[in-house]
Amino acid sequence: MSMRVGLVCPYAWDVPGGVRSHVSDLAITLRSRGHEVNVLAPVEEEDDLPEWVTDGGRPVAVPYNGSVARLSFGVKATRRVRAWIREGDFDIVHIHEPLAPSLSLLTCWSARGPLVATWHSSHDRSRVLTAGYYIAQTAMEKLRGSIAVSEEARRTLTGHVGGDAVLIPNGVRVKDFTPDAHDRQRRRELLFLGRIKEPRKGLSVLIEALPMILDQVPDLTVIVAGPGDDEDIRKEIPEHIDRAITFIGTVSDQRKQELLREVQVYVAPHTGGESFGIVLVEAMAAGACVVASDIPAFQQVLENGKAGRLFTTNDPRSLADAVLSVLADDAARRALADRGYARAEQYDWDTVVDEVLDVYDSVRVPGDKVTEDLRGQALGRFAHRAAFGLGRKQGGA
Amino acid sequence: MSWWWLILVVVLIGLFGLYLSMTAGRLDALHKRIDTAELALDAHLLRRSSVALELATSGVLDPAGAIVVAEAAHAARTAADGDGDHRDAEHRRIRAEAESALSQALEATLDEEEIEQVREAPGGAELIDELASSGRRVQLSRRFLNDAVRACTQLRDQRMVRTFRLAGTSPWPQTVELDDSLPPALATA
Repeated sequence: MSMRVGLVCPYAWDVPGGVRSHVSDLAITLRSRGHEVNVLAPVEEEDDLPEWVTDGGRPVAVPYNGSVARLSFGVKATRRVRAWIREGDFDIVHIHEPLAPSLSLLTCWSARGPLVATWHSSHDRSRVLTAGYYIAQTAMEKLRGSIAVSEEARRTLTGHVGGDAVLIPNGVRVKDFTPDAHDRQRRRELLFLGRIKEPRKGLSVLIEALPMILDQVPDLTVIVAGPGDDEDIRKEIPEHIDRAITFIGTVSDQRKQELLREVQVYVAPHTGGESFGIVLVEAMAAGACVVASDIPAFQQVLENGKAGRLFTTNDPRSLADAVLSVLADDAARRALADRGYARAEQYDWDTVVDEVLDVYDSVRVPGDKVTEDLRGQALGRFAHRAAFGLGRKQGGA
Repeated sequence: MSWWWLILVVVLIGLFGLYLSMTAGRLDALHKRIDTAELALDAHLLRRSSVALELATSGVLDPAGAIVVAEAAHAARTAADGDGDHRDAEHRRIRAEAESALSQALEATLDEEEIEQVREAPGGAELIDELASSGRRVQLSRRFLNDAVRACTQLRDQRMVRTFRLAGTSPWPQTVELDDSLPPALATA
C-alpha cells in the first residue's frame, strides 16, 4: 500500500547536518519501499536538486539552539509551505524538529490532518519557554503522533513542552560506511569531525589532551575535518603538537565515509548538546573504534562502553587515557570495533523505517489527507471568505 | 479623552473575542484529532483480533493454545461489535477488558518455542509478522490517542474555556486504558 509522504526539513538542504541527512535518508528508504515522497526544505542552490525535493525558500543564517542554523521563514516561505501542502495531496506529512522557527513550525500552522513529528534535539527548559509556550502548544496540538530520536529528546518533550513521544532511534545507511571485505589495514590515525570553532564539539578538549597522547604514541596523526578557520587555533598550539595535526576543512559525505574506514580511532569529545550522536553510529558502521565523552546520548549509543570507549566529558586527562588504551591494545581495539559494527546494524535505516511506517499507520484512517489549515489566521480567513463569497455570488448569478 | 477609552475598550473586547474564537478552534481540532485516533485504534484492534482468530483456526498452534486464543479473539470481536453507543462507558469498559484478555491469551500461548514452530508451518511466518505489526500499531495508536486526550483535557480545564463553555456539548474525552502488551517473544520478532 503505497503512500504519499511529505517530509519537512527546517534546515538548509545544501548544508550537511544531522537533521538534514536524517530527512534525506528517510526519504530515500521510503522511496525504495515504493512510497511517493516529497521533501520541503530551505534551498540555497537550486541546481542538481533531486526531483523529490521542493525548494522552500532561501535560507537565512540565524543563531538557534546554540549554533548557527540556516532557516527559512517569513511571508514568502509561508506561501511556499501552503502551496506545497495544497499541491502535495499528502497522506501523511512528517515534520522534523517541529518547533524550529523555519518551514517546520510554518507547516504545523498551515496544515491539518495526519501530521507526525520527529524531535531531534534536546533543549534546556529556558530555551523552550522563550520559544513561546503558547506558540509551542498550538503547534503541538495538531501533531497526531510524535517520535523522539533519543531519550534526551523525548525528555525535552515530555518534561518541558508536554506530550508523549515514541522512541525511534536515528537510522544510518550502514552499507554506505561498511569497509570492503573488512580490511584491517587501518592507518594509525585519530579522526575528529565537526565544526572546529563550536565549543560543544569539544575540539579544545582533544587539543589539550594531545601532548599526553603524543608523548606515548609519537607517530600518531590527528585529522581534524570540519568547517571553520583553523588559523587562530593553530597559533595557540605548540609547534611539535601542530605537526601531528592535519586540518582538512569541510569534507563531503563520501570523503567522510572514506576517512572513517581508514582511521583506527574516531574521537568524539563533545561537551553536550548532542541528543543522539549519529556520527558515532556512522563511525561504528565504518569499523572504526569509537572513543567518546560520556554524555548521556553517547553512553546510550555505545551501550555504556561496550561498543566503544567512554571518557569523562571535558577531561583531557581522561580522554588521553581512553585513546591510549585503545591505541596500545590492538586486540581490544578490534573487539570494540566489532561490537560497534554489530551495534550500528541495529540502527540501519531498513530496520528503522518499519517503525516509522508503523507510526504513520497508527495515526491515520483510510481516506485521511493533509489539507491546508485556514483557521485562526486573519489572512487565511479573508482568503476563505473571498473564495466562498465569490462562489456564492457566482452560484446566484 | 472619552473617545480613547471607548476605542481601547472596543479593541480589547475585539482581541478577547479573537482569543476565544481561536481557543474554540483549537478545541475543535483536538476533538477531531481524538475522533480520528479512536477510529485508528479501533481499526488496529479489529485487525489484531482477526489475525489472532486466523492464527488460532489455521491449525498451526497447538490445540489447547488455539482454543484459548480463539475464544479470547472471538470475545474481543463480540465486544467490539456490541450493541449501543460505542462511546458509552460500559461498552468501553467491556471492550477494554476483552482486548486485555486477548493480550494475556496471546502472551500465555505464544512463547519463543511456539512462535518458532508456527513460523515453520506454511503461512505461519506471515501470520506471526502480521500479528506483531498489528500489535505494535495498537500500542502506538493507543498511546497517541491518550496523548491527544491529555492535551484536550488540559485545555478544557482552563478557567476561560469552562466559563465561556468553549467546548460546547462535546463529551469529556476519556483515555483508553487496556493491556496492549505484546508477547515478549513477539516484540523482538
